[in-house]
Amino acid sequence: MKLTLKIWRQAGPDAKGAMVDYPVSDVSEDMSFLEMLDVLNDKLVREGQQPIAFDHDCREGICGACSLFIDGRPHGPSRHITTCQLHMRKFKDGDVIHVEPWRAGAFPVIKDLVVDRGAFDRIQAAGGFVSVNTMGNLVDANAQPIPKLDSDKAFDAAACIGCGACVAACPNSSAMLFVAAKVSQYALLPQGRPEAKTRALNMVEQMDTEGFGNCTNIGACEIECPKDISLENIARLNREYLGAELSKE
Amino acid sequence: MARQGLFGSSLIKKYWMALTGLFLIGFLVAHATINAMIFFNDGGITFNEWAHFMGTNLIIRTVELVLFAGLILHVVDGLMLWRQNRAARPVDYAFAKHNANSKWYSRSMGILGTLILLFLIVHLWHFWVPSRNIVGSLEPYGSDAAGRENLFALMVQVFSNPAVVVVYVLGCFSLFWHLLHGFKSAFQSLGLNHRKYNGFIAFCGAAFSIIVPVLFAAMPVSMYLGWIK
Amino acid sequence: MSILDAKVPAGPIERKWSEHKDHIRLVNPANKRSIDIIVVGTGLAGASAAASLAEMGYNVKSFCYQDSSRRAHSIAAQGGINAAKNYPNDGDSVYRLFYDTLKGGDYRSREANTWRLAEVSASIIDQCVAQGVPFARDYGGLLDNRSFGGAQVSRTFYARGQTGQQLLLGAYSALMRQVGKGKVKMYDRHEMLDLVVVEGKARGIIARNLVTGELERHGAHAVLLCTGGYGNVFFLSTNAMGSNVTAAWKAHKRGAYMANPCYTQIHPTCIPVSGDHQSKLTLMSESLRNDGRIWVPKKLEDAKAIQEGKKKGSDIAEDDRDYYLERRYPSFGNLVPRDVASRAAKERCDAGFGVNRTGEAVYLDFASAIERYGKMEANVHHVENPSPEKIRELGMKVVSEKYGNLFDMYENIVGENPYVHAMKIYPAVHYTMGGLWVDYNLQSTVPGMYVLGEANFSDHGANRLGASALMQGLADGYFILPYTIADYVASDIRTGPIKTDTAEFVEAEKSVRERIDKFFNTKGSEPVDHFHKRLGKVMWEKCGMARNAKGLQEGIEEIRKIRDDFWANVRVPGKPNELNQELEKAGRVADFLELGELMCKDALNRNESCGGHFREEYQTEEGEALRDDENFAYVAAWEWTGEPGKDVMHKEELKFEALKLSQRSYK
Repeated sequence: MKLTLKIWRQAGPDAKGAMVDYPVSDVSEDMSFLEMLDVLNDKLVREGQQPIAFDHDCREGICGACSLFIDGRPHGPSRHITTCQLHMRKFKDGDVIHVEPWRAGAFPVIKDLVVDRGAFDRIQAAGGFVSVNTMGNLVDANAQPIPKLDSDKAFDAAACIGCGACVAACPNSSAMLFVAAKVSQYALLPQGRPEAKTRALNMVEQMDTEGFGNCTNIGACEIECPKDISLENIARLNREYLGAELSKE
Repeated sequence: MARQGLFGSSLIKKYWMALTGLFLIGFLVAHATINAMIFFNDGGITFNEWAHFMGTNLIIRTVELVLFAGLILHVVDGLMLWRQNRAARPVDYAFAKHNANSKWYSRSMGILGTLILLFLIVHLWHFWVPSRNIVGSLEPYGSDAAGRENLFALMVQVFSNPAVVVVYVLGCFSLFWHLLHGFKSAFQSLGLNHRKYNGFIAFCGAAFSIIVPVLFAAMPVSMYLGWIK
Repeated sequence: MSILDAKVPAGPIERKWSEHKDHIRLVNPANKRSIDIIVVGTGLAGASAAASLAEMGYNVKSFCYQDSSRRAHSIAAQGGINAAKNYPNDGDSVYRLFYDTLKGGDYRSREANTWRLAEVSASIIDQCVAQGVPFARDYGGLLDNRSFGGAQVSRTFYARGQTGQQLLLGAYSALMRQVGKGKVKMYDRHEMLDLVVVEGKARGIIARNLVTGELERHGAHAVLLCTGGYGNVFFLSTNAMGSNVTAAWKAHKRGAYMANPCYTQIHPTCIPVSGDHQSKLTLMSESLRNDGRIWVPKKLEDAKAIQEGKKKGSDIAEDDRDYYLERRYPSFGNLVPRDVASRAAKERCDAGFGVNRTGEAVYLDFASAIERYGKMEANVHHVENPSPEKIRELGMKVVSEKYGNLFDMYENIVGENPYVHAMKIYPAVHYTMGGLWVDYNLQSTVPGMYVLGEANFSDHGANRLGASALMQGLADGYFILPYTIADYVASDIRTGPIKTDTAEFVEAEKSVRERIDKFFNTKGSEPVDHFHKRLGKVMWEKCGMARNAKGLQEGIEEIRKIRDDFWANVRVPGKPNELNQELEKAGRVADFLELGELMCKDALNRNESCGGHFREEYQTEEGEALRDDENFAYVAAWEWTGEPGKDVMHKEELKFEALKLSQRSYK
């Protein structure tokens, strides 16, 4: 099939970018979206042009590196998959496809479609952990049973891959779903309870400091999340934070 | 820069939005109930009786101050959210399919709120300002059959103008959309989300968003059409 | 050639590790603050080591090429992690895990290391649970286990199909905690491009900032390489696109020996190649073999018809199907170990029985599982005389509950509904057991440089069992290296910070810069991938699932040609001082082009078949791997002598005291 790609090109962090048209032909429906870009890049290099920079790594939907805003939506038109799992059979001959980087002040563009998501690491470093050192002699893993429902819900939250689609989808560029997923995972497990209050306060403070927008419960993040992280987690963060804020000394 | 204080973090702003929102929803209930007294169609006697009580009772007058404070808080908080959220995305998408993942009214709470606020100014000017003797008064409208000051007569007069009726109906539409997101959003903001009750909350929200604005809109319309005299 | 000393402590095997820990030197807390350690890579081994060392008080610098340390490819491991906890009370023990691992590796690993791995495995689970890793639990709230890779006990802990992700995020959270405290300085989007050796000791690295292109010098008292495997030498593998050998290869060139590079694990259940555009292969969890039956047509004309698209799998009558694993291995059937299953698939496809356009695929069929489950469900729900349709419907529901996410993934990639048409699978490169040689302390032949996880030549011998990679990464990083490194850095407490303006750093940076310039100055016409794909094809055909002397010799010649062509015709666009993904790839492929030759050389040297290394000349009459313990019970560790292909071999003899060598049999 033949397609027209409209791709954001930006030479560097401070350069002015623009959408550039690239006609592509001979696209096989078995290709993944990124393989289609590989083929385009191969052509660009042979023609002496700059290939398009984009983040990607595992190409099986788990590392969270790929991050394209395709055809007006993060990770493209299909639900519950990442860009690397999107295949060209979802498109048809003659389609015009816009490809843009995540857009948020807290995710500055580095080059073309590559953005800096370091803000997520800093949020994690502010409290996204259980303060336990490496010890060979911890209590036995089975010493403390955890209700299966809590454990399953913690897993649902822990499935977050930190890709940033929630921020990209949110009209407010809010990172609440990401933060809520991490806070929820630990809040639901007994191992995470001792630090639950400081965790919620510190991670939210860091989130605000990074310049993400405020959550206004629009819900776009939940729809676009490739790992189906639920808004329930945001409600849980709201509860956790409220309790922590009211009781802090 | 960490955000501190009364409007501190993004979450505290959210709580204020929810709390003031729910408070204003409470007010809407009272307001709609009292105004619905016109539907007794008794020449405004019941309505004026309630209006008189509301206008003279000390507790109610005090609550009225709180109401204004709540409203201002809701507006100021909303404007701050709107400003910060705009600033969080300095470069926008060239092409975005927002409708694929969210409702337009959820994304437009700022605009809807502004429309409601503009309507509110008109509405206060029409009724609250004269009835509190700030500019003008209710005196020109005489007394009703029970001898009370006649707010009802003012309503009849105001709603005889079709342009005003249209403005009021549009105001009610804005309120409908605003509530449709705001009602359940307030619960989510306060952390009240549970698989078992979410459906119920959503139903109440939708029902409330329809009933209250329809009730309000029915007043100018029915007065204009002469159903209520 | 020399004989390498692995420094395995004396004493009975079950006491070696604790005795060793009791007698190696320690560094007191105050002195730890004056020791700097560089950790390259943030997978399970790297993140867990960096976090643990920082907790202990060392100053750590952590490097990864990804945009965040959370993305290292450990994240993609699906199945689980083994540990000798014996929670299911099925008779598991440290000894049994040790035995299974050693036997599974075809007796080509170091016995003492494998024992230690089994010994610390239980602590890993305790540690991860304490960190908040959401392992699967049963209804009583206790941890759930499953069996894996044909083991006779259930010792695999798992977190749905995302065990690697959850373990990595646990280690990442520990790492981030130390980043927040300032004990770890994180350098993401940085790639190590050389090791700096000062007076015979590893004292730092040269790293390229992948955003600005700047070359940076980083000094430290010790360097840890936790940089994963080199499966991408095959171009197509289940590894991440960025997985590479560069850090390890540079260290090799600076004096670290490369051990058993030819040991490659080919995973039997991957989605087959669909065309030339293919960039990577996707693994389908091994658990599918629990219910799926693997087959190809019995008749060549049926296979031809399928390849030409004239017939479908469902058109082949039951009697005309060859369930070759069940036929060849009646007792293990479809559950034989990975290397055996992979080779059997290749054998059938080579004979012309492949079932897709390219003839390189076999069926993994769930039809009988669907029927079996369907009948069971019908009984459970008291459906009288169920119709075949009803049985199918009920059975599909069960299969969907068990493997739904995998089926969805398959349909998404292939565009064919696997509930209706049998899945097509083919083996793909998955893991490399070979790697940099390390002694018992995980120290390489360059003093001060340690190698952890898949990057070292590992405790898995010639074949790794399922759910053991995660175990090894975390064992090395959490519970082994933090102890053994003290013995080395104890000498450095008075050394002071390592200066990076010395001649050695200048030289290393210069050589990196010259190489980068060489890429740009070549001004050829072919993109990097062109050469990578050619290399991959040669590796797959000559040094893949089955090898022979003639093919390996041809392979070496062909790789040399590709390498020469690469340096004459590669085109790297753009500039060195910017984010330049083509430049990154060029550096990695240049190293693969050298490694590939060494892999062939190693495979050629090893005149036996063992685990993932199958030499066609050495097989039993039934076509099984034939080991030669008399001549090849050793680790082949290769020393760089200045040019690719000129490596010199050293040996570490493998002695087995705790158990006897025997022929692996899965019949």
